[in-house]
Amino acid sequence: METKLRMVLPDQELLKLYEQMFLSREFEESCAEQYTKGHITGFLHLYSGQEAVAVGATAGLHRDDYILSAYREHAQAIVRGAEPKRVMAELFGKATGLCKGKGGSMHLFDPAINFMGGYAIVGGQFPISVGLAFASRYRGEDRVTACFFGDGAVNQGTFHESLNWARLWELPVLFICENNFYGIGTEVHRSSALASIHRRTCGYDIPSEKVDGMDVIAVYKAVKHAAEKVRESGLPYFIEAATYRFRGHSMADPGKYRSAAEHELWKSRDPIPGYAKRLLEEGITTREALDAIEARCKATVEEAVVFAEQSPWPEESEVWEDIYV
Amino acid sequence: MAKLNMVQAINLALREEMARDDRVVVMGEDVGRDGGVFRVTEGLREHFGAERVIDTPLSESGIVGAATGMAAYGLRPVAEIQFMGFIYSALDQLSAHGARLRTRSRGRYTCPLVVRTPYGAGIKAPELHEESSEAIFCHIPGIKVVAPSGPYTAKGLMLAALRDPDPVLYLEPTRLYRLIREEVPEGEYLTELGRARLARTGDNVTVIAWGSMLERVLKAVEPYSADVIDLLTLSPFDAETVLASVRKTGRAVIVHEAIKTCGLGAEIAATIAEDAILHLRAPVLRVTAPDVPVPLGKLIDHYLPTAEQIRAALDEVLQY
Repeated sequence: METKLRMVLPDQELLKLYEQMFLSREFEESCAEQYTKGHITGFLHLYSGQEAVAVGATAGLHRDDYILSAYREHAQAIVRGAEPKRVMAELFGKATGLCKGKGGSMHLFDPAINFMGGYAIVGGQFPISVGLAFASRYRGEDRVTACFFGDGAVNQGTFHESLNWARLWELPVLFICENNFYGIGTEVHRSSALASIHRRTCGYDIPSEKVDGMDVIAVYKAVKHAAEKVRESGLPYFIEAATYRFRGHSMADPGKYRSAAEHELWKSRDPIPGYAKRLLEEGITTREALDAIEARCKATVEEAVVFAEQSPWPEESEVWEDIYV
Repeated sequence: MAKLNMVQAINLALREEMARDDRVVVMGEDVGRDGGVFRVTEGLREHFGAERVIDTPLSESGIVGAATGMAAYGLRPVAEIQFMGFIYSALDQLSAHGARLRTRSRGRYTCPLVVRTPYGAGIKAPELHEESSEAIFCHIPGIKVVAPSGPYTAKGLMLAALRDPDPVLYLEPTRLYRLIREEVPEGEYLTELGRARLARTGDNVTVIAWGSMLERVLKAVEPYSADVIDLLTLSPFDAETVLASVRKTGRAVIVHEAIKTCGLGAEIAATIAEDAILHLRAPVLRVTAPDVPVPLGKLIDHYLPTAEQIRAALDEVLQY
């Protein structure tokens, strides 16, 4: 039986989760449109479908916990507190972007909100997470480092090196695998000898669990519990969130390798309407109140697009900035 | 004869060589069922089977290391690294092992391995997806580095790389993948490794370029009487052709899209200084990207060498 929502969080917090998921989806779908229009270029990896993971997990962490992610990270940054308009401007390559329009979609970074980066190299963030966790323990801080990554990343050497170090050095890292079952077009069982990813951690003596990544409350509860454990013990922990991306790997990928039946099955488990239904059924909110939230999210995203469109390009001199001190 | 783009030309080379030689196997991330992110290996798995066109885990170090082992055992692996910016975790396997297998075994093992990777800027993607770090690999003895400049040389170089007994890093200029179409014959022709191509002849200046810059150089030099050397093999590069041209023209401009410091242009300029300095009528100039990571979006216009910069360098050496 599902836990009643009010046993988990107060109403306002429950609604905030809805708002964050809805905003993330709106943002990503707007990005797709802007990519089609040619305003966003390069490689654009959208998060649609996976919102429950970023939203639930971020809610389960403290504000001063570090978050690192891969390159499907717009929602991660926004949910953590990056302004949508500055993220959109970054995607456009505008000077007002979160990283001066010089990093783009895959390299969002904002130390002010302890968002320690999107990483375009698959598995690049693992050892950096270990280093951040070491530094925070060294300084005597009560900080957890949450390292997000996909199922494709678990076959990089850095994954194994970092799990070992995190356990060996007893570091407060919370590893969160967003298993969407495909590394571009390769299913997890065609790339991993042990497709049940959370079971891999036994080689490093790191406790792990699997959670339904389409259920924001399940993710929230698992991450909150895990983060507390990490904080208390100072030891790493590992969560595998089973989820699905509704779009291709990137906007350049039509995603033909997935069957329509599979796609439909996961679509029926879309984390946003599913959660809305629960909120309504348990009398936490009304349809009108949700409509108001949705309208607010849409307005935020529209403003973000206008802001990005109207922002200036970086000056030529920016090419030479931020290379050395 | 069919007019092909570079993606099709490389695909044709792989297809023909796989049909001819069953030791050739293709491997990499999504190269099989998906045909590769740029579709260079499209259709190969359907034709030659999953045993020979292998989807690997996402593990660059593993891809190049395993391919090195296969090559040592007598196979002819073609390993794809999805973007050049992803190759660095495989650098250890390539430089510490692949490149040294022959010398370490005192010639008893060889490593006939081809590593393919898209490289270069101008596709509106950020830094790691636009790298041009050929100089790092040219600095490793035991590896050959090649970069085709169009569909015709792409096929000839691929066939030559596949027949070569040593590891070859084959750099595919991403910007040109579908930009140029050329007549590409079916069947065998080899573009000899270590040999440059005179893409255009002239009297007053030698311009040296490779890969994606060649197209830009050819457009820029139209009003000039210039030798344009398409280097094709970056390591070991064809010093003989470069020096012969510079001795004729007395002036040299090197154009590359990689950054300037310790770029391949520096090596070529040093070679000219060592062996042809008395023929020079002007300093050797380099037109390159600035020493910064590849910037995003509009800033790329201030990064990649432009036709104006190339012409300015030509004017400078001609008026010196």
